[in-house]
Amino acid sequence: MKNVFATRWGIIAVGAVIGAGAALLQYLGNPGNMGICVACFERDIAGAVGFHRAAVVQYMRPEIIGFVLGSLAAALAFKEFRPRGGSAPIVRFFLGVFAMIGALVFLGCPWRAMLRLAGGDGNAILGLIGLIAGIWIGTRFLKKGYSLGRTQKLPPASGWVLPAVFAALFVLMLIYPRAEGAEKTGILFYSVKGPGAMYAPLAISVIAGLVIGVIAQRSRFCTMGAFRDLILFRQVHLFSGVAALVIAAWLVNLILGQFQAGFAGQPVAHTQHVWNAMGMVLAGLAFALAGGCPGRQLFLSGEGDGDAAIFVLGMIVGAAVSHNFGLASSPAGVGPHGIAAVVIGLAVCLVIGFTMKQPQTGGAR
Amino acid sequence: MSQTVDARGLSCPQPVLMALDAIKKSQETEMEVFVDTEASRENVSRAVESQGWKVESIAIEGETFRLEIRKAAK
Repeated sequence: MKNVFATRWGIIAVGAVIGAGAALLQYLGNPGNMGICVACFERDIAGAVGFHRAAVVQYMRPEIIGFVLGSLAAALAFKEFRPRGGSAPIVRFFLGVFAMIGALVFLGCPWRAMLRLAGGDGNAILGLIGLIAGIWIGTRFLKKGYSLGRTQKLPPASGWVLPAVFAALFVLMLIYPRAEGAEKTGILFYSVKGPGAMYAPLAISVIAGLVIGVIAQRSRFCTMGAFRDLILFRQVHLFSGVAALVIAAWLVNLILGQFQAGFAGQPVAHTQHVWNAMGMVLAGLAFALAGGCPGRQLFLSGEGDGDAAIFVLGMIVGAAVSHNFGLASSPAGVGPHGIAAVVIGLAVCLVIGFTMKQPQTGGAR
Repeated sequence: MSQTVDARGLSCPQPVLMALDAIKKSQETEMEVFVDTEASRENVSRAVESQGWKVESIAIEGETFRLEIRKAAK
């Protein structure tokens, strides 16, 4: 059966829907140039459950939950739910940790880098240069035989773990909803001010998340893969989806009056160019070594990929580490230990890149 | 079919890298590629077609997709 979403026009349509949807989510309440940011939203979820206590970034983002459950639904419907795992999980966990640390130095994952560009934030250019540089380093390792090894088929229950966790988080959000002016309802933390207090209406966020989860699972949309395939194979397939995302978000931003070009005073952004770039070098390298952008890791988790699920958990822990240890940036600039963390993260990723190799089998017989 | 590429269980982009590598290095004009996800099947098909090869057939054997690919006549 032909999968229309996996065609050239399919992936362009998916990118355009995501871009336009993200700009609309901003209009409906999500933070500036943050209609969807997988890193930021996972960071907000870490805050909502109290893994870190940065008061301005605590919210159980329904979009992320929708991504996983939408992908799960699509994978089940199209018989692509394949519980699997066992490809160097501990390495993937720390790639997730450092990917998040890098992303929070820049203040955004690749998705948000595109949305910041589409909103006129010039600092995003530095982030994108860093992202491409990091992915380029990752492609060198891939060419030299870097591999985290083969996955194993696992019993169905293992594939359901992460979707079940996110479904449970959604139920918690319904039991303990945000109360105006309150920092905590039951066991969940909420932000009273800051980006964590900015959100689109719950039903819209859930539906947007589910729709994107479905179409991204079908189309294999991946922001890191877009650049990786361009660098490795000169293949523009995934890149055309990402380009459509930027153009659609930019057009909707123009229509809604959300486009504002410049470097200073951009929403949830700082202007330290070197560290905007270096943070994303780290994130890009970690995503390349893990085989997918943070969004793609969520969609793979929905398909039952336990290794992607481990990466997601690594990112959530990475967010907690970032805020608890003063690694994350703020609009005032990089955190007190952000630079040290980027240096350490790059060192760790380089060691992983140089050392993780598997004997290739199945060549000439 | 003298050459096979077994990319089962490997994550993206390794199946594509292995298939393209085999195409480049091999003297063969036909080979088999084994993958085990839909995404890898699509990616490998797209990649080999961009190199002037054709996917002759796709057989589903349990959890595995077996792609028969052939170099298109010039």
